Amino acid sequence: MGMTGVLRPGHAAVRVLDMKEAMHFYGEVLGLIETGRDSYGRVYYRAWDERDHNSIILREADQAGIDFFGFKVDSPATLDKLEADVRAYGYPTERIPAGDLLQTGERVRFEIASGHAIELYAEKGKANSPQMVDNPPPWNPESERGIAPIRFDHGLLYGPDIEKVQDFFVNVLGFYLTEQILLEDGKTQLAIWLACSNKAHDIAFVRHPEPNKLHHVSFLLESWEKVLRAADIMSMNRISIDMGPTRHGVTRGTTIYAFDPSGNRFETFAGGYQTYPDWDPLTWTWEEVGAAVYYHDRQLNPAFLEVVT
Amino acid sequence: MATHTVRFVETGETLACNDRLTLLQAMERLGRKGIPVGCRNGGCGVCKVRVLEGSCERRVMSRAHVAIEEESAGYALACRIIPTSDLCVTVIGKMGRAFARPEQDRKLTGE
Repeated sequence: MGMTGVLRPGHAAVRVLDMKEAMHFYGEVLGLIETGRDSYGRVYYRAWDERDHNSIILREADQAGIDFFGFKVDSPATLDKLEADVRAYGYPTERIPAGDLLQTGERVRFEIASGHAIELYAEKGKANSPQMVDNPPPWNPESERGIAPIRFDHGLLYGPDIEKVQDFFVNVLGFYLTEQILLEDGKTQLAIWLACSNKAHDIAFVRHPEPNKLHHVSFLLESWEKVLRAADIMSMNRISIDMGPTRHGVTRGTTIYAFDPSGNRFETFAGGYQTYPDWDPLTWTWEEVGAAVYYHDRQLNPAFLEVVT
Repeated sequence: MATHTVRFVETGETLACNDRLTLLQAMERLGRKGIPVGCRNGGCGVCKVRVLEGSCERRVMSRAHVAIEEESAGYALACRIIPTSDLCVTVIGKMGRAFARPEQDRKLTGE
């Protein structure tokens, strides 16, 4: 079996300014399924085709942004091993008890060079939908409600020292570099895309002076047609769209960037390609940075580099 | 529906803004420029302005960009204020900074 160790992005905890507005957006417009609320007032969601209990966790706060980004690992033994590896690398780790997040086992949390809190965990409760496991139909009412992405797929985070971030993800967590954008010196990375699976990206980083910033959390759709449907639903609901529908040169995904009611960017995308860890990374040069990010316009919008939460 | 006039002190330009739109929405719908446009939802801070004269309704906006003491001095995000009178504003937010470079990384993170 090829996929071991770190399996996938499992959860992201996003701060929202107004929970009521956020719940309308995440539940009705994006069309995630609410799966619980905890004693801290956090509200939990998953996408319709996810197998675990939750993937998006909202917390009301006075600033937008991301609290933490978590990856599911294949077993408690792997969690223990990676915790030791992270410590050996020199990063302090914190064990957060099982149950702190609903239906979630112990989490190991640490801060990476870009300033983000990253978590690993091995256990999460199953989604409560037997109709999706036994003789499952290809779609169901939940898959048609709102934008209704298949899953929470990846994140793009902004912060400094992304070469250190890459070294850590590759040499400690077992990720590999799939794509990169280089600055005009032909050496320094502006952005990196990293995979722990055979997705074109499981997490990505853009060099940014301020640490611990969120560019977007991303949700997977089935097709370009579903991307257009998502754009219609966004306009029907007066959602603030940043860019698209268009295509990324990087990953080849077809995409829309838009903002939740607290200004956190999210992406709904389809496509991209499958990768393997023995492949060489794809490299975009500074001259083609516009096409790397927005393939049709071939130019960056200022918001891509500067609008973050 | 009342319409208020928003005057930008730097340029002297004016913008008509009805009482159902935020200042940023009023600007964007007319295809006007002047205030940088970011998330439009109070989170990113790029549309920061200072209201020098006049009154407005304020919706929740990120404290990362408008501190309490700033709020009382008239600072706000244009995407979160709805004029309730004629306004005089100055634009604080900026877009179009240079790209971050490794040396800026180090300077800003204190390494």
